[in-house]
Amino acid sequence: MPIHTEPFVVNIGPQHPSTHGVFRMRVTLDGERIIDVEMVVGYLHRSMEKLAEERTYTQNIPFTDRMDYLAAMTGNLAYCLAAEKLSGIPVPERASYLRVIFAELQRMASHAMAIGIYLNDCGAWHTPLMYLFREREKILDLFEMTCGARLTTIYMRIGGVAFDIPDEFIPALRALLGELPERMSEYEDLLVENEIVLMRSRDVGVLPPDLAVAASVSGPMLRGSGIVWDIRKADPYCAYDRMEFDIPVGYNGDCYDRLIVRLEEMRQSARIVEQALEQLPGGPIRAEVPLMLRPPVGETYSRIESPKGELGFYLVSDGGPTPYRFKVRSPSLLNLSALKEMIVGMTVADAVVTLGSIDINLGEVDR
Amino acid sequence: MPLLAPWYDFRDLSHAVHRMLDAVADVGGPDWLIYVLSAVIGCAGLGILIGGAVIFNIWLERRLVGRIQVRRGPNRAGPWGLLQPIADTLKLIQKESLTPRAGDFIVFTLAPVLVFVPAILAFAVFPWGPGMTFTDLNVGLLYIIAITSVTVLAVFMAGWSSNNKYSLLGAMRGIAMLISYEIPAVLTLLGVVIFAGTMSISGIVLWQEDMRIWLVVLQPLPLLIYLVTAAAEINRTPTDIPEAESELVAGYHTEYSGIKFGMFYAVELVNGVAVSALIASLYFGGWWLFGLNQWIPGWIIFIGKVYAFYFVLIWLRGTLPRFRIDQLMGFAWKFLLPLSLINIFLVALEVLIWVEYEVSAAVVLPIFSAVNIALAGLLVVAWTRLMAFHFERLPKRPRMYGDIAVPAEQPTGTAS
Repeated sequence: MPIHTEPFVVNIGPQHPSTHGVFRMRVTLDGERIIDVEMVVGYLHRSMEKLAEERTYTQNIPFTDRMDYLAAMTGNLAYCLAAEKLSGIPVPERASYLRVIFAELQRMASHAMAIGIYLNDCGAWHTPLMYLFREREKILDLFEMTCGARLTTIYMRIGGVAFDIPDEFIPALRALLGELPERMSEYEDLLVENEIVLMRSRDVGVLPPDLAVAASVSGPMLRGSGIVWDIRKADPYCAYDRMEFDIPVGYNGDCYDRLIVRLEEMRQSARIVEQALEQLPGGPIRAEVPLMLRPPVGETYSRIESPKGELGFYLVSDGGPTPYRFKVRSPSLLNLSALKEMIVGMTVADAVVTLGSIDINLGEVDR
Repeated sequence: MPLLAPWYDFRDLSHAVHRMLDAVADVGGPDWLIYVLSAVIGCAGLGILIGGAVIFNIWLERRLVGRIQVRRGPNRAGPWGLLQPIADTLKLIQKESLTPRAGDFIVFTLAPVLVFVPAILAFAVFPWGPGMTFTDLNVGLLYIIAITSVTVLAVFMAGWSSNNKYSLLGAMRGIAMLISYEIPAVLTLLGVVIFAGTMSISGIVLWQEDMRIWLVVLQPLPLLIYLVTAAAEINRTPTDIPEAESELVAGYHTEYSGIKFGMFYAVELVNGVAVSALIASLYFGGWWLFGLNQWIPGWIIFIGKVYAFYFVLIWLRGTLPRFRIDQLMGFAWKFLLPLSLINIFLVALEVLIWVEYEVSAAVVLPIFSAVNIALAGLLVVAWTRLMAFHFERLPKRPRMYGDIAVPAEQPTGTAS
């Protein structure tokens, strides 16, 4: 006797432990299998792009670290680079190096969070998260030491950075870098070699390379799909052209590839920080920039490799003190756009894991 | 242990009760009074023990998981946070216990009560020491298997009556999983029964004492299988799929709040103890510890062993991620079931050889244990390689590129 079944709709989110904020997936299920998914974003929309048009260029910096609040430094950096490019302000050498150091530290912190939350979505009950938080806490301590804030560090300024590093910064950073390789190989042994993680992640949420490119996916997701692309190499900014590092690339485009790419990127970030620390020149940390900056009429697009992917700012100036248009190309939103193709046909558990592996940040998705 | 120990001999806690019942009989009390008295005393004892275990386990679990997760765990309420479970319980009792408006109120209320029943009943047959059993059923093992299956009913009631899709999905998963895992669980426990020749739990413990061997040495593979199935049946991580927090919020008890939720939470802890007690009795000699039980009361040894296994369960929860439901079902049917069938065949063969040729136990048991341990290692490794073959086809480390080929047509604009 054939059993009469019918699909049913489950709302995963906006209030759900693993939607990373207030993302909502309206999932149509056939038993455990997903036959359709509708993604609903906008629950955290704060209208930042419009608000920014009413504020001066300097006043807009705080918005940028409230977008991706887990990677505030790179948000600052991307915006400041765009504003500098628009108004043609040269950045002192020391500031460029400090920016590299803080951006890479931020990448490590963000990836630590991403990996921990990913494993949490796999069901590991917070343990990997807590372990990875050790590194993240130390990095946030370094931030606090330098600029007084841990999460929303309004550290970068147009034309440089806000503060020079204090005396105790370099020993603390060296201690962190000293213990990091050992910790990283510990995580690789425990996470990458874990059979359950392997079973849960391999062939789950596969994003083929052509689809990844077509969907403008960037960052670790793009590299996980097997495409060698990194803006730090392809279009160097700050002092990245003087750094030596490798780009980890995955094989299959599944969640496991994203995991191993992120883990390896943490190592490479540590490598970059070490080099930047050695090459760190003296000198001023900030160019003289008028408080009421009035860039010449024009438009610019500037992009960096943020932990989540390509973070770009498109600024249009009409010659006034506030941007005429302030557009953010946020990696989280564009990475998320490929979700449907990745999870239809999989199970609910896979959907959650795949969403975790994308590493979205709702602050950046909705802005 | 001498039968005529004085009443205050705390090696056998049941002794005082027996003395009291004898006294009642001497005075000429009616028979039914003796039955009622012994039942009430036993129930009260078990109730206190289970209640105490719940309170203690909340603290133990939170504390140990805290340590596993490089944090401190509860340490504010009382010394070392020992009063934390009391604070937790009081909070749960105070909280409003909501019922969904579209839910089935009666079934919804009944489920947290019903889920507790099998958990408590299972404790009736464990021997806490020589002679210290509430009821020494001669089908004790069968009884435990039967009684713990009732949990499925409560899980389904909770999931269905909540009128919540997460709950329903959790209940569906729970039923599918519990039914699948019953089979390997029963088949593996059968190995113990074939060796010991009895289904009574105290009989199995006594057999281990007679042979002066722990059954784990003879049955290493079943212990592993049973540990996995037990973890699945009591919904603990790696296999806490019915209440998968990251997917189904809280699975079948999503809608429960207040003390009703507390019941589900507590029953998980009680079940953990019950499973540990079963493993300790069947595979690790229960109260028997190579003659040391002459000096240390059997029940202390037993509780020690139980908590050793409870620690393993906490450890598993603290370390392992969760399986997916289809992987877990596949694991039960493709991995555990064939292995437990192989194990039964092996055990039957060994017992046949033992009985048929009338070899002395001292000769035959070491050989059997050596053979079984070697085979267990071989089978587990071979089967795992086979299962993981598909997943290990790609390398586990990313490819590294030192430089990239920048395509000719770049997106407009460069930075800095």
